[in-house]
Amino acid sequence: MIRHRGYLVLALVAILAVALLPAANLDAQGKGTIKIATQSPLSGGQAALGEGIKLGAQLAVEKFKGTLEKQGFKVELVPFDDQAKPDVGVANAKNIIADKDILTVIGHLNSGVAIPSSEVYKEVSLAMISPANTNPVVTDRGYPNVNRVCGRDDVQGVVGSEFAHATMKAKSVYIVHDKTPYGQGVAEFFKADAEKKGIKILGFEGTEEKSNFDPIVTPMKAKNPDVIYFGGIYDQAAPFFKQSREKGVKGKFFGPDGMDSSDLTKIAGKAVVGMYYTSAAGPASELPRAKAFVEEFKKKFGKNPEPYAAEAYDAATIALKGIEAAAKGGKMPSREDVATAVRKTKLPNGITGDIEFDGKGDRKKALYFVLQVASDDPGKWGNNKIVKQLAIAAPAAPVAPKK
Amino acid sequence: MIRSPIALALVGLSALAVATFPRSVLVFLFFQGSLLYVFKARMPEPLRWGLLAVSLLVLMPTIGYFNSYYLEVATQVGIFVALALGLNIVVGLAGLLDLGYVAFFAVGAYSWAIFGSPHANIIFGGESFPLAGWWFYVFLFVGLGTAAITGILLGLPVLRLHGDYLAIVTLGFGEVIRVLANNLDKPINLTNGPKGITPILRPPTPFGIPYGEFFYFLALLIVVAVIVVNRRLEDSHIGRAWEAIREDELAARAMGVSLVRMKLMAFACGASFAGVMGVLFSAKQVFINPESFTFLESIGVLAMVILGGMGSIPGAIVGATVVTVLNLQVLKGFSLWLNELKNAGVTILGFSLADLPTQFEPAKYERMVFGIILVLMMIFRPQGIFPARRRQRELAH
Amino acid sequence: MDVELLIGIFPQVLLDGIILGFMYALIALGYTMVYGVLEFINFAHSEIFIFGAFVGVEVLLGLKSIGLLDGLPWPLVLVLVLVAGMAASGLLAVTVERVAYRPLRGAPRLIPLISAIGISFFLQDLIRLVESLWRNAFNLVYPTMDVLNLRFELSETIDVSVKSLVVIGGALLMLWALHLIVNRTKVGTAIRAVAEDQAAASLMGIDVNRIISLTFLIGGAMGGAAGVLFGVQYGLINPYSGFIPGLKAFTAAVLGGIGNIPGAMVGGLVLGLLEAFAAAYLSLLTGGAFGAEYKDILAFSILILILIFRPKGLLGEVVRERA
Repeated sequence: MIRHRGYLVLALVAILAVALLPAANLDAQGKGTIKIATQSPLSGGQAALGEGIKLGAQLAVEKFKGTLEKQGFKVELVPFDDQAKPDVGVANAKNIIADKDILTVIGHLNSGVAIPSSEVYKEVSLAMISPANTNPVVTDRGYPNVNRVCGRDDVQGVVGSEFAHATMKAKSVYIVHDKTPYGQGVAEFFKADAEKKGIKILGFEGTEEKSNFDPIVTPMKAKNPDVIYFGGIYDQAAPFFKQSREKGVKGKFFGPDGMDSSDLTKIAGKAVVGMYYTSAAGPASELPRAKAFVEEFKKKFGKNPEPYAAEAYDAATIALKGIEAAAKGGKMPSREDVATAVRKTKLPNGITGDIEFDGKGDRKKALYFVLQVASDDPGKWGNNKIVKQLAIAAPAAPVAPKK
Repeated sequence: MIRSPIALALVGLSALAVATFPRSVLVFLFFQGSLLYVFKARMPEPLRWGLLAVSLLVLMPTIGYFNSYYLEVATQVGIFVALALGLNIVVGLAGLLDLGYVAFFAVGAYSWAIFGSPHANIIFGGESFPLAGWWFYVFLFVGLGTAAITGILLGLPVLRLHGDYLAIVTLGFGEVIRVLANNLDKPINLTNGPKGITPILRPPTPFGIPYGEFFYFLALLIVVAVIVVNRRLEDSHIGRAWEAIREDELAARAMGVSLVRMKLMAFACGASFAGVMGVLFSAKQVFINPESFTFLESIGVLAMVILGGMGSIPGAIVGATVVTVLNLQVLKGFSLWLNELKNAGVTILGFSLADLPTQFEPAKYERMVFGIILVLMMIFRPQGIFPARRRQRELAH
Repeated sequence: MDVELLIGIFPQVLLDGIILGFMYALIALGYTMVYGVLEFINFAHSEIFIFGAFVGVEVLLGLKSIGLLDGLPWPLVLVLVLVAGMAASGLLAVTVERVAYRPLRGAPRLIPLISAIGISFFLQDLIRLVESLWRNAFNLVYPTMDVLNLRFELSETIDVSVKSLVVIGGALLMLWALHLIVNRTKVGTAIRAVAEDQAAASLMGIDVNRIISLTFLIGGAMGGAAGVLFGVQYGLINPYSGFIPGLKAFTAAVLGGIGNIPGAMVGGLVLGLLEAFAAAYLSLLTGGAFGAEYKDILAFSILILILIFRPKGLLGEVVRERA
C-alpha cells in the first residue's frame, strides 16, 4: 500500500508542479473577448503555405480590430495547427467549438481536412471562411456557415486543360495525383476536360509516396508524355518532378495551385523552371491593391507573403466585418448571427479583388491564373509571370444540397 | 479513517472548481486526480463505488455542460480504456505481443462507416443506404463479430511464432490493414482510400439527449461491460489457461491446455472489444480515414497497457486514462499556453518566445512522450503502476 | 497489354531494384548482426539509419553555406558525407545500447523489445525537435550536385546516371569492407564467437560487453551509410522516413536467415528487386486495379509467408545453439 501511496503523491505533486505555471489559463474566460481562429498546417511539408495563412490573417486582425475594440471587446487571433491531417483538424475543431469566444475560423489549406472539420463547425453554426480550399464539395453541401474566398477545382481543372491544349499544344498527358480530395479532385476535372479536347491520357496514377518515386517515373518515362500533370501539393510534387528530370523524363511539367509556393523551387531547383501552374491566387506583387499589403507584410514579418496570405487577409477582414455587423448594440454576437452576417458581407476593395458570396458560399466572381515559374531562386517566387488571367463565376450545384 | 472525508472533499472541491473555471486544464486535471484517489485509496467499498458512480454519472456530464471539450476527452478516455483492456487480454494475460492491435479497431469502425453512410451505395449500387440510424445498435454487435473473426484470421498463421517474430508479424498485419484501407478505392471502392468515409450516421438517442452526452454514456456502458467480461475471463479456466501459456507454453501443453484454441480465443476476445469501440468511434467522429489507424495508435494502446501494468485491469484503466489525458490535455494545454505566452511577447533569459519556430509545439511530440514512457517503464518499473499480483513478484527488481 | 512497353522498362526497373536492394541489404546487416549476438531485434535501427541521412544532409548543407560544396572535388565530398553519417550512426547505436538495452540484458524478451520500440519513437521525434529548432523545418532536401545527374546512354532504351553508379559503388564497398572485417580480422572472429556461444566466448577471454558494443557500432555504421545513400538517391528525407524501410530491411534479414550476414545481403537484394518489379509492373499488369501503393505490403506478406513455411530463411538461421 505504501508503494501505491507513493505514486499517488507523485501524481499529485506533478499536477501541482504544473500548476506553478502562470495562471494564464484561468482568466481565459473573460466576457468580451472575441477570438478568430485559424487552422492550417504549421508544421510538416506544407508549413510554408500554412504559415502564410496564419500570418495573413494575423495582419488583418491587427489592422482592423480597432472598431470592435472601441466597443469594449478584446480581439485575439488563435492559431491552430492541423498538420494537413483530417484527424488533427477534426480534433482541433472540437477544441475550437468548445471555446465560446471563437466566432469564426479562417481555414483550412487542405480540402481533405476542411471537409470533415466543417462538419464539426456546422454543429454549432460556426462560420468558416476558407482562403485556400478549392474542392467543390466544400461548398456544394450547401452549409450556411461555410464560405470560401478562393476559386474551385471544377473550374481550375478546366482552365488547366484548356491551357494545356491551346497554349502548350499537348497531344498526350500523364496524370499523377496524391489521393487526397484536393489532388485527386482537380486531377479528375483536368482529365475529364482533357479527354473532351482529344488529348490522350497516357496514365492516371495515385500515390502517397514522399521520397521514392522510381516505380512511377519508370513506366511514365517509357510512355513519353508531352505533359505531366501532378494533382497535389508542392511538398510531393517537387521531389517527383526533380526525380523525373534526373531520370531523363522529357515532358513538360504542369500542376494546380498546390504548386504555388516558393518551396517548390527550393526543393526541385532547376527541374521546375519554366513549368506552368494554375492558381486561384495571384502572385501578391501582381494584384492591383497588393503592393501596400506586401510592404506591410514584409515590415511586420520580415519576409515576402506566401501564396494564400493575401486570401487569408481578405478572409479575416470579412470575418471582422461580419462580427461587427452581428455585434450591433455592443453585445457579444452569437455564432449563428456571425455566420449569417459573414455570408452577407461584401468586401469591395479586397486585396484579391471585390468579394461577395453567392448562395452556397462561393465567390461570385473568382479569379484564376496561369503562371510560369521564372527562376530557381525561391526568393524570386513572386516574379513568376502571369500568363493568363480569368474571372469566372462558380458553377451552380448539380443537386439540391442535402442536410 | 480520514481518507473518506478527504475523498469526498477532493471530489466536491474539484467539481466546483471546474464549474468555476471551465477553461482551465489544470483544474480539470485536479478533478481527474481526485477520481484516481477515490479509485485507489483505502476507504469503505460502498463509499468508493458510490463516489465513482456519482462522479462519472452526474458530475462528469455536468462538467461537460460547462465545457464540451472535456466530455470529448472523457469519451476518448472511455474508448481507449476499452482498447487497453482488450489488448490487456492479448498481451497481458496470454503473453502474445500484438503490435498491430489497431487493425481490429479499424475493422469495427469501417464496418459501420460503410453501411451507416451513403458510401455503401457506391459499392452495391442503388439508393438503399445508409441504413436507418437505429441499425447502429445492431452494428455494435456486427463490429464485435467482424473484429473477432479478423482476430482469428490473424491468429491462425501466427500460432507457432514466439516473442519477437510474433511482434513483427502482428505489426506487419496492422500495416497491411492500414494500407488496404488506404488503397481499396479501386477496383471496387470499399473504403474510399485516404479520402475517408463521411458523413457517417449517428443513431437516434434515447430520450433525445445530445450527442456529446450520449456517446459518453454509451462508452461508459461498454467499458463497464468490458470490465465485467474481463474479470470473469480472468478468473475462469480460460484466463488461467492464458496465463499458463504466457508463462511456459510447453508446460501448458503438457498440462492439457489446447494452445490453438486458447490463443485464437485470446485474439478473438481482445479484438472484439476493439471492434465494438470502433463502431462507436466512427459514429462519434462522423468521419473516418486510415490515418486514425496507424502504428502510432497501436503503440499508444501498448504504452497504456504497459504503463498501467500488464495483465491487470485497474492498471489498464489507469494507463489508458493517463496516456489519453497526457495527449489530449496536457500536451495540447501546454502548447496552447506556450502560444499565449508567445502572443504576449514573453521572454525567457532574453530569448523572446515569439522567435520560437512554429515547428516546435509540445502537442506534436506525442511520439516522444510515448517513447520515453516505454523506455523508462521498462528500465525502472516493468511491472507497471498497478501490476497484477503475479507479475509483481516476477518482474520487480 | 503493351508487351513492348513492359520489356522496354525492364532494364530501368532492374537497376532501380538493385539500388533499392543494396540499401535494404546495408540496413538489414545492422538488424542481423545485433540479432546474431543478442537474439534481440533492435527496433530502433530504422532511426539509426535515418539519423545517418540527417547527419549527411547537415554536412552537405554546412559545406554549401561555406561555399565549399562546389569547390571541393565531388568524390571527396561524398566520402566525407559517408564517413560522417557512418560515424554518427555508429555512435548513436552504441549509446542506445548502453542506455536502453544493457540494463535489460537479463530480462524476459518482451522487455527489451518494448524498450527498443520506445527508443525508436523517441529518436524520431528527437530528430524532428532538433531540426525544427535548428532549421525550422524537418523535411530536408539533399543539395543537388549536378555532376551526379549526368546520364550515360548505354543503348536506346537504357541510360544510367552517375548517381546510380555512385550509390551502387558505395554499397558494394561497404559490403566488401564488412565481409573483410567479419571474416578476416580478430575482431570479426570474436563477434562470430559471441554470436555462436556467449558463455564459451567469455571463457575464452573475450570481453563480451565490448564485442557487443562493437557489433552495434558496425551495424549502426552500415545503417548510417545506407542513410546517406538513401538521401543522395531520393533527395528528400524526414524523421519518419526510416520506419518503413527499416521494417522492410528487417524482413529482408529474416528472408535471408536472421543472424546470417551473407543472408542479409541476399535477402536485401531479393526484396529490393521484388519490390521494384511489383511496383512497376503491378499497375500495368492489372490494368490499374492494383497500383504501386501495394508494394509496401508486399514485404509484409513475404515476411508472413516465410515465417510460416520456411522460418529459417533462405540461407538458414545463425543463432545460438539452445541447450
